[in-house]
Amino acid sequence: MNVKKLWRIFLSTLYLSTFTFGGGYVIVTLLKNKFVDKLHWIDEEEMLDLVAIAQSSPGAIAVNGAIVVGYKLAGIMGVIVAILGAIIPPFCIITIISFFYIAFKNNMMIQSLLSGMTAGVGAVIVSVVYDMGRGIIKSKDWIFILIMFVSFVANYIFNINVVYIILIVAVIGAIRTIYRIHGKAKKI
Amino acid sequence: MIYIELFLAFLQIGAFSFGGGYAAMPLIQAQVIDKYGWLTISDFTDLITISQMTPGPIAINSATFVGNQIAGIPGAIVATFGCILPSCIFVTALAWLYSKYKNLIMLQGILESLRPAVVAMIASAGVSILLPAFFLNSQIQLTSFQIRPVLYFLGALILLKKWKLNPILVMVLCGLIEVLWTSFCQ
Repeated sequence: MNVKKLWRIFLSTLYLSTFTFGGGYVIVTLLKNKFVDKLHWIDEEEMLDLVAIAQSSPGAIAVNGAIVVGYKLAGIMGVIVAILGAIIPPFCIITIISFFYIAFKNNMMIQSLLSGMTAGVGAVIVSVVYDMGRGIIKSKDWIFILIMFVSFVANYIFNINVVYIILIVAVIGAIRTIYRIHGKAKKI
Repeated sequence: MIYIELFLAFLQIGAFSFGGGYAAMPLIQAQVIDKYGWLTISDFTDLITISQMTPGPIAINSATFVGNQIAGIPGAIVATFGCILPSCIFVTALAWLYSKYKNLIMLQGILESLRPAVVAMIASAGVSILLPAFFLNSQIQLTSFQIRPVLYFLGALILLKKWKLNPILVMVLCGLIEVLWTSFCQ
């Protein structure tokens, strides 16, 4: 096994994971920059499919992105070093914060800082929901729109477990996809 | 045993959060607040705030944070491991299938349908963060209505949507204004 290559994968994911703010979608773009544009280890089209795998699998997209790249470049060993690189930075940062959190929680200054920021976080979430929700309504796909409203009512009003909602909707998606492939085959 | 509970709770969070980022929020809420009571809604909101300001995915940050709070560093390791295990299995299996068949139609079809459900559940988690911020002790009455958080919220929304300011900057601004308010006006 090429130790130098593994080391390079580890350092790349470690670096990206330490300095990337703004969530999984950003880190996936940076992975592409690094491994496609700079190192030329993966070709562009294959990277697009790998990104699609990372985004459509459960879990954090940053971690999934590291896994697909690690697997592509060095198999299972690649996956292991890529994951380590991706989770060591947040693990260390949050462990330190968590240690101070207990001490700071009762500080008036920190309390009002955090309580003010809550309203800001709420606004960020509402803005994300607005952008995503508008895209779905604009698609004019009534099944998607129905899924959106029914899921909200089921989760918020009736407290139905998120896992059940995801499973049911995944089955609906699978049936629709089979139906669509079948429909296309018929036309041809 | 606490380690097994932490592991299983975060295993579920890792296995069912589709769509990254905020998609993990409702699942974390269901396990960590509603089921086990490891965090209060106010701790959870702080955690989301901290996650926004540090690198690293919300799910991993929560696993590390909750693990640390409940059972120290070993707890953090167990919870974080539980959180990434489903990704490792699922993504590696898909990457392997892809290298064999080069076809993702089914997967993308399912994902497309999941997106509206994920939006709805992020919205639901958002409401559970905002209501306690707007109403004292989460009682939805006119007497417990708090005007200041609502003003911050509306201001932040304008800064985000009209001026396209960076979300982290907007949040810090809200926090600093509240600090100034409590220092000088109370």
